[in-house]
Amino acid sequence: MKIYVCVKHVPDSAATVTVKGETDIEEAITFLMNPYDEHAVTEAHRLKSIFPDAEVIVVSVAKAAGENTLRSALAMGADRGILVTTDDRLDPIMTSRALQTAITQDGRPDIILTGKESIDTEGMQTMFRLAHLLEMPAATNVVSIEPQDGAVLISCEKEAGALEKLKLIMPCILAAGKGLNTPRYPTFPDIVKARKKEIKQITLAELSLPEPDSTVELVHLAPIVEKREPQELAGSAAEIAEKIVQVLKQEARVI
Amino acid sequence: MKKIGLLIEIRDDVVKPANLGMITAAHADEHQVVAIVMEAIPSHIQALLGQHGVDQILTVRMQQPEWNPELWARAIVDAITSHDVHVIFGLTSAQGKDLLPRVAAILDAPLVMDCVHVDINTQLARTSQYSGKTMATFRLSGETVIYGLRPNAVPPVEHPKRPVQIEHVATLPDTSKLKVLEAIPGESGGQNLSEAEVIISGGRGMANGDNFKLLSHCANAIEGAAVGASRVAVDNEWVPYVMQVGQTGSKVNPKVYIACGISGSIQHLAGMKTSGMIIAINTDPDAAIISHSDYYVIGDLFEILPALAEELEKAK
Repeated sequence: MKIYVCVKHVPDSAATVTVKGETDIEEAITFLMNPYDEHAVTEAHRLKSIFPDAEVIVVSVAKAAGENTLRSALAMGADRGILVTTDDRLDPIMTSRALQTAITQDGRPDIILTGKESIDTEGMQTMFRLAHLLEMPAATNVVSIEPQDGAVLISCEKEAGALEKLKLIMPCILAAGKGLNTPRYPTFPDIVKARKKEIKQITLAELSLPEPDSTVELVHLAPIVEKREPQELAGSAAEIAEKIVQVLKQEARVI
Repeated sequence: MKKIGLLIEIRDDVVKPANLGMITAAHADEHQVVAIVMEAIPSHIQALLGQHGVDQILTVRMQQPEWNPELWARAIVDAITSHDVHVIFGLTSAQGKDLLPRVAAILDAPLVMDCVHVDINTQLARTSQYSGKTMATFRLSGETVIYGLRPNAVPPVEHPKRPVQIEHVATLPDTSKLKVLEAIPGESGGQNLSEAEVIISGGRGMANGDNFKLLSHCANAIEGAAVGASRVAVDNEWVPYVMQVGQTGSKVNPKVYIACGISGSIQHLAGMKTSGMIIAINTDPDAAIISHSDYYVIGDLFEILPALAEELEKAK
């Protein structure tokens, strides 16, 4: 049994992002594994306890530095990694094709796990594109997984705490939500062991993907500048309450 | 003139206001606006859609109309390809996140989610990236293009039309590798943060879960208000994760966001800084949230919130 986990190397959410040129960012900042992908890697490790013969392979499409995120995933329990390297910025249409080819060249997946979205580009779609290319069913914001006879019973989180229970025939793609588990952070011995695990590197060019008919091209990136001018509301508690209500009524018009 | 297909979300015979804003976003430049619905809709909803600028209501009929995101996506693709629709709008809601990428995948069409602005003619879409730190502009190219609009990004404007009714019977495969077994509603009906007009959130300063009652008292006095929380409040198990606003919680866009005892970490700001108005209540004048607010109060929320609840009750 093979479980593939697609992970992304992204800037730390606490890092300062500086725009460089028309569409790039300054990359001398901390990058790490996309937080939702940590849940996916952790779940893959848990599934290994249900399927002792399972092999967990982490896959990423990234610049060479993406190897660090694969090493983190290996320290969290994955068995080996595949890194498709490219210096280009790929759109989700291209990324899903690269993942499809890298995975199918490697083996036959039974389950593919990933995060429900990446916190850098927030595209929310690569897993569905990959699923369609591989002709697999897919679900997003998955918060529980229970394998059952060639299928998985899962629950997905919807709006306002509502849940939906689904059954997906395997092979399938499951995109992890935050509620799925608590990420398994590696110990020092895990990190040492991960250094010896195999990461196969392939260049994007080596996959010789056909040019797609559709593209999502980033044409401009700009910092978001806030235009708020904070004003203090002062006085006694009652006076402040009165001022807030006045603002809500007259300026925001919500009451 | 293009035909613009809008995936309208209807639940229990109610159309959420965010749908009406989507109609406004689509009918710029006199395009033909087609509302796509997955079941026959009552006349008051037809009238509401018409009032905001819908030219056609396309009802998609399926043999099994029950919610199944895979089959719905296929039915939508079947309907739009038969009706020559090459631009699709939907909301970046829980349903939209489950449906729009599936439609895009089937059509191999470009998609940008969570758009705050769309130019239909140039096929440019703007959305925030990197936790709300940058604004990205994308150019979409392909035979069909898809935009997931951020709820409430465009306020609805009336633009009366008399919509024509059409129907499409979708031909679908009999089987799906995905089955929906059960839908479990959220506790106490659940508050929908992403669509609330006013959000009152609490953070570390709330000190415990019980004190969130102070926030509910205020929220209950405002129509369309919901209570949110910062990650600290959720990690301390004062309130459930569903209430978390921020990078790894809900991204919200209300008319008013009131942050009580929230310091304003970069991750929290990422989830709420596009709010129309931000009011911060904090004891610390140096809290980051203050410089991101329109109005701020330096004071004790345990004194101010009860007074605010009382004042809101009076204003009702």
